[in-house]
Amino acid sequence: MNCKGLINEISAYLDGELGQETLTEIEVHLKRCKDCRLIVDTTRKTIEIYYSTQPLPLPDDVRERLHTALIKRLGRRPNA
Amino acid sequence: MLCYDEESALLPNWSCYQGFGVIQAETICANLLGGVWCAAITHPTVRMSSPDPKHLPSTIVREDEGALVSLAKRGDLGAFDELVNRYERRIFRLAMNITQNREDAEDATQDAFMKSFQHLAEFQGGSRFYTWLVRIAVNEALMRLRRRRPNVTSLDEPVQTEEDLIPREIEDWGPTPEQRYQVTELNSILSNAIADLEPIFRTVFVLRDVEQLSTEETAGALGISVPAVKSRLLRARLRLREKLNRFFEQRKPA
Repeated sequence: MNCKGLINEISAYLDGELGQETLTEIEVHLKRCKDCRLIVDTTRKTIEIYYSTQPLPLPDDVRERLHTALIKRLGRRPNA
Repeated sequence: MLCYDEESALLPNWSCYQGFGVIQAETICANLLGGVWCAAITHPTVRMSSPDPKHLPSTIVREDEGALVSLAKRGDLGAFDELVNRYERRIFRLAMNITQNREDAEDATQDAFMKSFQHLAEFQGGSRFYTWLVRIAVNEALMRLRRRRPNVTSLDEPVQTEEDLIPREIEDWGPTPEQRYQVTELNSILSNAIADLEPIFRTVFVLRDVEQLSTEETAGALGISVPAVKSRLLRARLRLREKLNRFFEQRKPA
């Protein structure tokens, strides 16, 4: 496994989708390649940072418009 | 006729139901509205557990979701209101991330909830309600994105080269780079980085790594293959890593 091969597998590696053989090749490569360790580490952090963000509360005006629209549209009688 | 068959990878075909679902839903609502919708109900915020890839898909499901969906199917607007309250923030964020336009995101959110209620009878429970709702919302958001930017929003396979994958920025970020920023500043950094991605990569990343759908669920929501999801996700993650590098790289001591 070279650096290019590792980059191609980085997503599957971080998602735990690799078979044992490829996994071992990656781990061997990571032990001797600092750049790839940094790339794996920062890609993992990228995913984790997005993963851990919470959606902000809806702005009041957006929430009000959403609920008003749903009341209006769900409450309307057919052909009314 | 199942237009929103959750087992199918096809996107909704609205032409097959003009009228029927709407009339059915509105008849129920007309009988049961009674102000329930307007009741001020407070709900605990949906919180995710700490990052653990093994548990990604289940973190946003709560045990009572199935019961709420059953009640909503019978026309209980209070139950549907609870589902809206539970997911409105996530669906609006999803729509904002895809459309990058607030007005479009609002419209897409409204229509997604509206259509989910109208077509709830077709939801068979073979998948999570949230996943089903996301598929509707993605469709609504993409429709508006295509309308606004018809020339740049193809979800077809882009030309991809090996050069796409070559990392250019290789720096240490330290253990918790996000803690160097206030929450609003961090949100702005993350949103801007996503906005810079092409829609084809942005949409896959948002579904997989922000909304935490599985690869298969993402493929189903977008009507693309599992290998296409994986290929786009890899590129999206690597591009975001590059974009975030200048904010998160550890400052070297002077």
